[in-house]
Amino acid sequence: MQAEQTAADLKTLASDVVAKALKAGATDAEAVVYEGDEFSALVRLGQVETLKESGSRAIGLRVFVASGKAQRTASTSSSDFSVESIKRLVDGAITLAKITSEDPFAGLPEREDFGKIDADQHLYFDDVNQMPPAERIETARRVEAAAMGFDTRIQNSGGGDFDTATSHKILVNSRGFAGEYRRSYCGFSAMPIAVDEKGGMQRNYWYSVARTAAKLESPEEIGHEAARRTLARLGARQAKTQKAPVVFSPEIARSIVGNIFEAANGDSIYRNASFFCDQLGEQVAGENITVVDDGTLMLDGIGGFGTSPFDGEGLPTRRTVLVEKGVLKNYALNTYTARKLGMKSTGNASRGLAGNPGIGAGNFYLEPGTLTPAELIGDVKNGLYVTETMGFGVNLVTGDYSQGASGMWIENGELAYPVEEITIAGNLKDMYKNIVAIGNDLVFRGASAAPTIRVEGMMIAGS
Amino acid sequence: MMNSASSPDHKRYFIEKLGISERLMERCLGEALSAGGEYADLYFESVTSTSLGIDESLVKSASQGISVGCGIRVLSGERTGFTYTDDLSSDRLLKAARTAALIASGPAKELAHGFTHTPTPALYPVAGATSDAEISEKLKLIQRADKAARAYDSRIVQVRAGFNDELRRILVAASDGTFASDTQPLARLNIFVIAKDGANTARGTSGGGGRVALDFFEGKKSPETFAREAARTAMLQLGAVDAPAGEMEVVLGPGWPGVLIHEAVGHGLEADFNRKKTSAFAGLIGQQVASSKVTVVDNGTMPNRRGSLNVDDEGTPTQENVLIENGILKGYLTDKLSARLMGTASTGSGRRESYQAITMPRMTNTYMLSGEDLPEDIIKSVKRGLYAVNFGGGQVDITNGKFVFSASEAYLIEDGKVTQPVKGATLIGNGPEALKYVSMVGNDLALDEGIGTCGKNGQSVPVGVGMPTVKLDRMTVGGTGQ
Repeated sequence: MQAEQTAADLKTLASDVVAKALKAGATDAEAVVYEGDEFSALVRLGQVETLKESGSRAIGLRVFVASGKAQRTASTSSSDFSVESIKRLVDGAITLAKITSEDPFAGLPEREDFGKIDADQHLYFDDVNQMPPAERIETARRVEAAAMGFDTRIQNSGGGDFDTATSHKILVNSRGFAGEYRRSYCGFSAMPIAVDEKGGMQRNYWYSVARTAAKLESPEEIGHEAARRTLARLGARQAKTQKAPVVFSPEIARSIVGNIFEAANGDSIYRNASFFCDQLGEQVAGENITVVDDGTLMLDGIGGFGTSPFDGEGLPTRRTVLVEKGVLKNYALNTYTARKLGMKSTGNASRGLAGNPGIGAGNFYLEPGTLTPAELIGDVKNGLYVTETMGFGVNLVTGDYSQGASGMWIENGELAYPVEEITIAGNLKDMYKNIVAIGNDLVFRGASAAPTIRVEGMMIAGS
Repeated sequence: MMNSASSPDHKRYFIEKLGISERLMERCLGEALSAGGEYADLYFESVTSTSLGIDESLVKSASQGISVGCGIRVLSGERTGFTYTDDLSSDRLLKAARTAALIASGPAKELAHGFTHTPTPALYPVAGATSDAEISEKLKLIQRADKAARAYDSRIVQVRAGFNDELRRILVAASDGTFASDTQPLARLNIFVIAKDGANTARGTSGGGGRVALDFFEGKKSPETFAREAARTAMLQLGAVDAPAGEMEVVLGPGWPGVLIHEAVGHGLEADFNRKKTSAFAGLIGQQVASSKVTVVDNGTMPNRRGSLNVDDEGTPTQENVLIENGILKGYLTDKLSARLMGTASTGSGRRESYQAITMPRMTNTYMLSGEDLPEDIIKSVKRGLYAVNFGGGQVDITNGKFVFSASEAYLIEDGKVTQPVKGATLIGNGPEALKYVSMVGNDLALDEGIGTCGKNGQSVPVGVGMPTVKLDRMTVGGTGQ
């Protein structure tokens, strides 16, 4: 959509903005430019319901003004690239920096820390843009039709969709770093609705995502899987309140394991806001637990959804083992939190348009075990298999965990009947030590992944 | 705090400052309907935002952002074609309109001539909003909050406070003749604290705001008030015991616990889910969905409230919509698309996160009206149960109706008395059933402090919630205790 300004122009623009900021009084400056195109088609009950096609771009500037060994910092952003607007961007940042505090830990990374992965990470595939709109709509129609035709109890639909997105990111700073990369994404999903004989409704969904259209799964397979997942929920009842083992499906295990990254987030660590504070080198999970963050991960020769050549501050991405055999080995850090903790950045800076860099994961995963999911369930006499959680009941300060849940009740090693309107509760500190079994089913459907896991001794509340 | 500014101010911004003439808007709408289509609208938006943050008593972050763009939508039957652009040149706008037009396939529609200018009410200040205030004045608010939280108790070891505000200008022009504009200020003060006592750590949060001028934060809504509230919550959590698990009587305090209403019934009554019959509430109009003591409204016209709007994002004036009256389901929340397809009128509930997002039916300020019970009588009536007075977020599956909301401050009730504080716990229920168990409704309706944000299909919009003290005879509480 934004053809008149080429990529080279945008890189020049970022460099110019950095130069202008230095001229206006900044000691250091950093500019980021994002550019993106998106397309989405939603088909419902066989008819196109929504088509969306657009492009946008924006620039963000971060400035530092030194006073002695400390620095003040502020940031500005704009979607308007006009000369007048760029001037406001620069002047605004300098003015704003004057009101912030001197902070000896603030500042760009040291020159020797900058860098990027040189190898081609295969993050961008142009076929995502080349696909004709009719073909994209047809894929959305096929995935929904496959779900709708799977079983007569599938009687309604939230639709089938097909999305593509491409993005271009440029980062330039006053300490000599300049980098850029493009990424592509495409994906489709179906959300069927099943109705039981009493009129009770359930919905579920399934999806396929990839960097290139060539790696997408078949719409028919995805539609059928969405239908199976929806039908499995029909006739769900409440379970009784009790203490029991809980098996988490990969989709939910991924969020439980994801809380390890949040608890190891340097921002929370230096603020005393995590149950991992002062736990470096300590046993925080069972010896069977190894958790990795890898910003360089390649899957079948294609960069993962969390893969990039450099992080939000221009440091090379890398592989960091956060938990090894249950021992907390590393925190996830950007430059600021590393300085606060007297450590080195792990290349996990995430940079939005405005504000200070945060901390973000690359490809984050729990290393798989050897059991099949069926074996993991087969060992449970009486317990819960969780396929969905709801809510915001995770407290990373204390580790307290309480979430709404639905899934299947396990009886004598078999999935017996669907359950819903229950909660599961425990404390993450205990839960990580009580992961007694890990599945062999690690599959990446996003930037983070986990296999099926079984946690002993959680409290289930129901009727 | 009220301001009598009239709509020409908002209009002038787009017409004079950004060069968007009525003639250009008419041409864009003409292009948008060039392939048929029954309706088209243009949504111009300009947002300036400021964010300030204090952490460890240092002002560590300050940022400002500007975002300008236009979203163009074409409706044809149930179909929506949508595109947006951040380049407001006439060439770009006309090209975007042609892209959106392609959703329809038919002869070009003739555009009705002329716009009807919708007068804009004045529910909030335009001149004099927080965005006009000196940045040093905003900074003082978070510095005061930091100081007050630290002074509360020596065990408060970390304090973070943030002040965020924005000024959003919108102009909507549509092929049905709609022409409306508005300037919407929004401000929020947030405090987050950590309390530490030996090996025991706890968090506390608080905050407030609305579509207000800076003087809102003086007096009763001062930074000190919110800071002490955050510190009090954290200190209380240091001594909290495990929450109980299982079905029991639950009393919800007034104000923010109204998130129950938002999740249990609010989302389920948004018309898009109901016209598609994907909501557990579909087809239940006129039926009993709550106890006869329950009346629920969604009201976008409350002055200065975070969820209020003079006009919605389709240019329709907001109104007070009765959703449930004495337990009977009365109506849905509609936007223009769902109203047209359901043969009703828009309830002024068409909202969008930004020009980059498609309008949907959304809530504004959603609350349950007061009843006649005294709050103390409600507590006294409970033998063993949970008294939950503050909540984090909530979530709902609109299709099966199951909803959760997570208590952040709660106590045990034993023999009619509030006893020990308990740790946070998630409460779960079924939307069309849960409110049938409401047996007592207090006379103390309160709205939240103005910090709520509602997410739907990836779009966030500011909202308000509220309720009086309410007793539910049964609800499942997700603690770890027996």
